[in-house]
Amino acid sequence: MSLSELYQEVILDHGKNPRNLREMPDATHVAEGYNPLCGDQIKVFLRVAGDVVEDASFLGRGCAISQASASMMTQAIKGQTLAKAEELFENFRDAVTTQADGGCDHSSEPTFEDAFQDESLGVLSCLTGVRNYPNRIKCAVLAWHAMHSALHEGSKVTTE
Amino acid sequence: MPTKAPTDLRSQFPALAQEVNGKPLAYLDNASTTQRPAVVLEAMQCFYQHDNANVHRGVHALSQRATDEFDAARSTVAKFIHASNANSVIFTKGCTESINLVAATWGFQNIREGDRVLVSTMEHHANIVPWQVATERAGAVVEPVPIFDDCSLDMEALESMLKKGRAKVVAVKHVCNASGTVNPIGEITKLAHEHGAVVMIDGAQGLAHQAVDVQALDVDFYSIASHKVYGPMGFGALYGKPEHLEGMPPYQTGGGMIRSVSFEETIYAAVPDKFEPGTPNVAGAIGLARALDWVTEVGLDRIQAVEHELGRSCTEQLQDVPGVRIIGTAPGKASIVSFVMEQAHPHDVGTILDSEGVAVRTGQHCCHPLLDRMGVPATTRASISVYNNEEDIDSLMRGVKRVAQLFG
Repeated sequence: MSLSELYQEVILDHGKNPRNLREMPDATHVAEGYNPLCGDQIKVFLRVAGDVVEDASFLGRGCAISQASASMMTQAIKGQTLAKAEELFENFRDAVTTQADGGCDHSSEPTFEDAFQDESLGVLSCLTGVRNYPNRIKCAVLAWHAMHSALHEGSKVTTE
Repeated sequence: MPTKAPTDLRSQFPALAQEVNGKPLAYLDNASTTQRPAVVLEAMQCFYQHDNANVHRGVHALSQRATDEFDAARSTVAKFIHASNANSVIFTKGCTESINLVAATWGFQNIREGDRVLVSTMEHHANIVPWQVATERAGAVVEPVPIFDDCSLDMEALESMLKKGRAKVVAVKHVCNASGTVNPIGEITKLAHEHGAVVMIDGAQGLAHQAVDVQALDVDFYSIASHKVYGPMGFGALYGKPEHLEGMPPYQTGGGMIRSVSFEETIYAAVPDKFEPGTPNVAGAIGLARALDWVTEVGLDRIQAVEHELGRSCTEQLQDVPGVRIIGTAPGKASIVSFVMEQAHPHDVGTILDSEGVAVRTGQHCCHPLLDRMGVPATTRASISVYNNEEDIDSLMRGVKRVAQLFG
């Protein structure tokens, strides 16, 4: 796993110019995510009508990975049903937390492509490279946990 | 002025001779923990291989040897910090436990409702939270002592806070782990004493880089972390003035800290045993003592000269990179170089530096109030030790330039 795989163009782009980075006055669901390890804070806003996520946005600051992940998440879940958003959450979480190449041996990387060019994740699969950087996984899942929490309890979550 | 740690010094540290991500390791995370020289590792192994026995208990040869070495270690620590008496050194598992011990015992006895504990804004959480707990229990308050933009302590503010009265404790660190500020602890102690407060000095970052004379400084309590001064992890000490230690109740209780026990009455042992129940970390004590001897052998002057020169070089080179801002610019600061980059978050900086074999700390350094005060969510911190050299700084700069390139 090389650095350029972690920091792919699309991630750098979303990190620098996060999409849907705004407050949402008419949000129906809000939750905060906090990573005490690095100080990343994210607030996720959702507007749900019926069983559809009509709009998704976030506010917060953090590393390129957490910003890109939040940005891409808002794009991915906007317009989706609650069930689909939940499914994406689970697939994404599983994809970034599954250690596929067993640590030190970086020569056995192809599984990355095989396992995670998951159609259901689409462009989100570019973030799954963080699973080879265990201390960065929390950055990638922070916004997702906040989104999940917003839909379920609407409270502050931490990825500690 | 030497700019390179001579190879003989660097080669004494086995962990430094390795590659990380295909690059030579540039270990610049010394404020988190230093590496240990072979002599420390050998001293600890030697204890377990030859003298391993419990202390202060048996009458057999090994127990006597272990006891002698353990007691000698206490004397070495006391001598290193110029304590008048070896018994004013209590062995603990580190700075955190040392401060908790003081807050829970001295604090329990002396902090009353309406009292105040003055804690500097730059404190590590380990010198904040124990005081929050102690004051909450007593109905007292913790008040932050302000700092300036360069991360130096506002001494005038401290003085006026002391003048308001009822300040029982001033809690301040010797050297700031996040900004490198070296606090004038002699002056702080004098002020505190004039107003009837005791001082708790968090010495975590002090001992490896600064001369410490607890008598000349007149400090009441000074905490020591072994692993930040080339000794083993999970071990440390607390210096306390004998008159304080004598009157303090025990922190934890059990075997080894008593003179006699019956169901009617238990009489505690004298200091330091009163504060050290259970089987102590004998190898830890031996390792710390060997580490302090190593520091003495190398010489604090030489350590300071090497670290100062590398710190200066590191700071100057970082300042030349567009977008870099140094956090902590107090005059006479230690070689702890905390910085932020406009282009990238510290976590991204840390990952990229790691790919260059450079170990730094990124995050909040257990100093949330300080970083809030400085208006940054986190920093990247390069902290220098005597075994570092210009090549390490070169590696750091290569990584920083790569960050600027990737995120620029």
